[in-house]
Amino acid sequence: MNEREMMIEVADLRKTFRLHQQQGVAIPALRGIGLTVAQGECLALRGPSGSGKSTLLRSIYANYKPDSGRIAVRHGERWVDMVSASPQRVLEVRKRTLGYVSQFLRAIPRVSALDVVAEPLRQLGSGPEAARARARTLLARLNIPERLWQLAPATFSGGEQQRVNIARGFIVEHPILLLDEPTASLDEANAQVVIGLIAEALGRGTAIVGIFHDAEVRAAAATRTLDLQAA
Amino acid sequence: MIDDLPDPLMRVTGLTKLYGRYVGCRDVSFALWPGEVLCVVGESGSGKTTLLNCLSGQLPLTAGKVEYDTRIDGVVDLATLSEAARRLLRRTDWGVVHQNPRDGLRMAVSAGANVGERLMAVGERHYGRIRGEALDWLGRVEIDGGRIDDLPATFSGGMQQRLQIARNLVTRPRLVFMDEPTGGLDVSVQARLLDLMRTLVTELSLSAVIVTHDLAVARLLAHRLMVMYRGEVVETGLTDQVLDDPHHAYTQLLVASILQP
Repeated sequence: MNEREMMIEVADLRKTFRLHQQQGVAIPALRGIGLTVAQGECLALRGPSGSGKSTLLRSIYANYKPDSGRIAVRHGERWVDMVSASPQRVLEVRKRTLGYVSQFLRAIPRVSALDVVAEPLRQLGSGPEAARARARTLLARLNIPERLWQLAPATFSGGEQQRVNIARGFIVEHPILLLDEPTASLDEANAQVVIGLIAEALGRGTAIVGIFHDAEVRAAAATRTLDLQAA
Repeated sequence: MIDDLPDPLMRVTGLTKLYGRYVGCRDVSFALWPGEVLCVVGESGSGKTTLLNCLSGQLPLTAGKVEYDTRIDGVVDLATLSEAARRLLRRTDWGVVHQNPRDGLRMAVSAGANVGERLMAVGERHYGRIRGEALDWLGRVEIDGGRIDDLPATFSGGMQQRLQIARNLVTRPRLVFMDEPTGGLDVSVQARLLDLMRTLVTELSLSAVIVTHDLAVARLLAHRLMVMYRGEVVETGLTDQVLDDPHHAYTQLLVASILQP
C-alpha cells in the first residue's frame, strides 16, 4: 500500500451521561476528544477505568450517542458522520465498513456457534456454505473444539464465548475494526491467535481502534497509543 | 456498491387517535423502510396497540395521515382508500399477526385451509397448488405436514402462533404488523418462535412493525425502536443505541427495570 488513506477522524467529541432515575446526576465521560486512524494502524486507547475508553469506542460504533462533536468514518467512497447519521445509514456502515468485537457474546437462542460466526457474511450476501466454510476456518484457528460448532453458544465458557465473538468479528474483514478487550478472558495461546489475526488485518490495511487491558497484548497489537484522563 | 437509501415503504405524519377525551396516541410521526423491523415498546396503556391498529387501517385516525407505497398505484394516503381496498391490502400485501392466535386464525377450518385461504384471496384456485404451498409453509414454520388436515384447536399455543404466521406470510406480504407475538408463550416456545421470525424476516426482506413490552424480544428482532409513554413517542433510534444509551427518563426506567437472568 503506497498511500495510506485516513479512515476515522474524531473531533471535539463530548458526552455526559444523565441519569434521570438518580436525581438527574450528570456523569461526564468524554470532554473534547479528537483522534485520527489511517489504514493499517492500530490505535490503542489507554487510561484508568472511568476515563471513557469504552464510551469512545461505543460512540464510534454509534452504540452510544455523543452530545456533540464529529465522528467521520470512511464508508466506501464517502465519509459518514456517525454522530448525525440516520439509523439506516449506521446499519449500512456497520454491515460493510465497521466491525466491532465486544467483550461479551450476545447469544441467540437455538442458533449454532457456526451460524453465529457465519451470520455477518451471510448478511453481505454470501451463500450459506461459503460463509460456513469461512466460519469453520476461524473457529478452528481460535481452538473452539469441533464438537461445539453445532451447539448454541449460550452454555459455552466465558473464554469460548469470547472466541466465538472474535471469529464473528473478523469473518467479514471490515475496513475498520473496533476491539473492546478482545483477549480479556483468553489464555496465553489464544491471546496469541488474536494477536496474529490483528496483525493480518493490519497487513490488509484495516484501521483498528482497541482497548487492551493486557500491556503485553497492547504492545504486540498497537501501532500507536492514545492516553485518556480520568474525568 | 454502496447505494443511496431507498424510499420509505410507509410514512406516518402526526398520527393522533383520541377516544373521546382520552388519548390513545398523539402526534406520532415516523417512516418505515423496506426490509426494516421497527419495534414499538412501552408499558400497557402507552398507546402501542392503538398505534398499530391505526397503521393497519383497523382504526380510523382522529388526525394525521398514513401513506403507503403500494405495488401498483405507488404512494397512497390510506384514508383515501375504500374499506374494501384496505381489506384487500391487509389480505395480500400486509400481514396482521395477533397476540392471541384465535383472533387471527379461523378455528373451524383445518390448518391447511387456514394457510390456503389467504392464497385464494389473491386469486389462486388450483387445489393441488394451494395444498402444496400450504404444506411448504407448514414446514417452514416447523409444523409437521401430517397435521395439515387437523383443526388449529388441536394445536398447542406455540403451534397456533406459528400457523398464524404461516397464514400471513403465504401471500408474500411486504409489511407485517404484529401485536405481542410472543406474549403468553412459554420461554422455550418463545425462543423457537423468535428464531423463526428472525429467519423469515431476513429471508423474505420483510418490513415489520412489532408491538412488544419485552425489550429482549425487541433487541433480537428490531433494527429500530420507538418508545411510547402515555400515548406519545418519547424516544426513537437504533435498537442497541436506545437500549444501551437511553436518554429519556422513561426509557431509562424501562431499561433499568429488566431482570437479568
